[in-house]
Amino acid sequence: MNMARVQAQELLRVENLKKHFPIRKGVLGRTVGYVYAVDGVSFGMQAGKTLGLVGESGCGKSTMGRCLLRLHEPTSGRIFFDGQDITRMGHSELIRLRTQMQMIFQDPYSSLNPRLRVSEIVGEALRVHHLVPRRDWANRVEELLKNVGLQADHMARYPHEFSGGQRQRIGIARALAMQPKLIVADEPVSALDVSIQAQVINLLESLKDRFGFSYLIIAHDLSVVEHVSDRIAVMYLGKLVEVASDKQLYLNPKHPYTEALLAAVPVAAPGGRQRRSQRKLLKGDVPSPIQPPSGCRFHTRCPRMMEICTLKEPPTIQVEPGHWVYCFFYG
Amino acid sequence: MSELVEKIESEEVSAPKGSLIFRKIWHLRLGVIGGLVILALLLTAIFCPLLAPHDPYAQNISNRLKPPVWMEKGDWKHLLGTDHLGRDLFSRILYGSRISLVVGISAAILMAIMGVGLGLFAGYYGGQVDSVISFFVNCMMGFPFILLAMSLVAVLGPSLQNIIITLALTSWPVFTRVTRVETMKLREREFILAATSLAYETWRILLHHILPNLLPSILVLGTVEIARAIILESLLSFLGLGIQPPIPSWGAMLAEGRNYMLMQWWLAAFPGSAIFLSALGINLLGDALRDMTDPHLRKS
Repeated sequence: MNMARVQAQELLRVENLKKHFPIRKGVLGRTVGYVYAVDGVSFGMQAGKTLGLVGESGCGKSTMGRCLLRLHEPTSGRIFFDGQDITRMGHSELIRLRTQMQMIFQDPYSSLNPRLRVSEIVGEALRVHHLVPRRDWANRVEELLKNVGLQADHMARYPHEFSGGQRQRIGIARALAMQPKLIVADEPVSALDVSIQAQVINLLESLKDRFGFSYLIIAHDLSVVEHVSDRIAVMYLGKLVEVASDKQLYLNPKHPYTEALLAAVPVAAPGGRQRRSQRKLLKGDVPSPIQPPSGCRFHTRCPRMMEICTLKEPPTIQVEPGHWVYCFFYG
Repeated sequence: MSELVEKIESEEVSAPKGSLIFRKIWHLRLGVIGGLVILALLLTAIFCPLLAPHDPYAQNISNRLKPPVWMEKGDWKHLLGTDHLGRDLFSRILYGSRISLVVGISAAILMAIMGVGLGLFAGYYGGQVDSVISFFVNCMMGFPFILLAMSLVAVLGPSLQNIIITLALTSWPVFTRVTRVETMKLREREFILAATSLAYETWRILLHHILPNLLPSILVLGTVEIARAIILESLLSFLGLGIQPPIPSWGAMLAEGRNYMLMQWWLAAFPGSAIFLSALGINLLGDALRDMTDPHLRKS
């Protein structure tokens, strides 16, 4: 197969991305340490696909998502979007980048400006970046709202007049306005009622089919990304532990952390899942990202811990095509 | 159980719309009083040529130091008596409202523009920008007001517009402090991140996304600063640094009346009361505005 074509299809490639937040103390603001929020993450993503990024809260997945849009400046590493290195972009290129990459936020109560009307929230970008002619503006905003299942008469209202699910739809319409290639959805449903979660997830699915963009969906709950992701990356304490297609990951999880995450997904019927009898729930808390454990970061909670795990960083092992795991157990 | 019944009953009482509006007004009764005082002040300032019985500048030495109408030797021609040059005190107080309002409102607007602008920058950019602006603000706040005002008036010269500039230059740091802290809080909200990821320019984020969310606080602070500016104007005028005679300013009138305080107390008492009443009215209104814009109080 032609290598150049493979490259062209790759929408996003992250190479050894690191984001360390300095901890400053004292009058002089001396740096006394770092929060290793993202510490050497690499993955690739195909155009038109959905990648699910899963991990416990505090593992750095939101920081990761924000680095992709350069809302945080990465400490080191490179991010290629459409073949361009975006970590070295200047201001004007960055503006162009952000018209192609958009974000959906976690908290729909914090992500909409309470002082702006819905038409302004959704349509401001159209005007700022001259995306539609002036006379088509109102029609376009109306169209965007209809795309996410809202009505035209919602345009003149303020965010506080809407429910959480509706607010999240407004946030999605705002991202759609830019006609992005990639949408980073940072915990898009975790602040919503369970009954609404499925609706929003289905909406995201149908929008992808209609407009053909790619998603990076960040979640702390595997069941959320289960239905929508083509590939899933599992993150623990600033590092990836396993990357696989959704089927591989669900049917054949390799890393002990992934197994624990899968076991933690609630099952509706008692005994509804065979593995339930032997589920492996994790004990203890996530260690501090300020002083992460040596070697493999998971060794403090790992049921299969070996001596080498405390000493060296685990290698990247391909256990089957397209299924990588970062663990000595398979080495 | 009885608690529940009580709750339901109290909800029934508040159900009719008319009583709800009445309860709201009752809740804000002090604010309403403040608002009425301010309304009266505004009307006086606008219509004082029609309301004033005499020319505020017309002197009549033979008719000087007349007492108010209800005292012995007082008459209806001079409602609040006359001053040491025989000018009608009532007319001068009416005209004085113009000076106070113009100085108060324009000084507050000017200091809000300066203070809010710097506060937005300090809060949004943080880091070095914030350190420099905050240090400057702290210096300004530590500087004695009278000394600064005196030097400024000495440089600029005493006139209405220079008083306004002086007051604004000495009082803007309060706005910077409030704006800075509120901007810092807002910067962490996701809708500002969203605005950044939508590639809006910084000025748009500051003016169109952050500033509207600060307006309630700025409005409340503004009313308080109007009252403060009115008092400071009279203080400057009292010291002879402010409005120059014969223009009727309440502070200048207070200063002139000081020499006659023992025998002709009304010369100082009435301008003083005018200052007190308008400052009180504005402060009451400001408190009510704060209550109204606070969502926690708005619900009750």
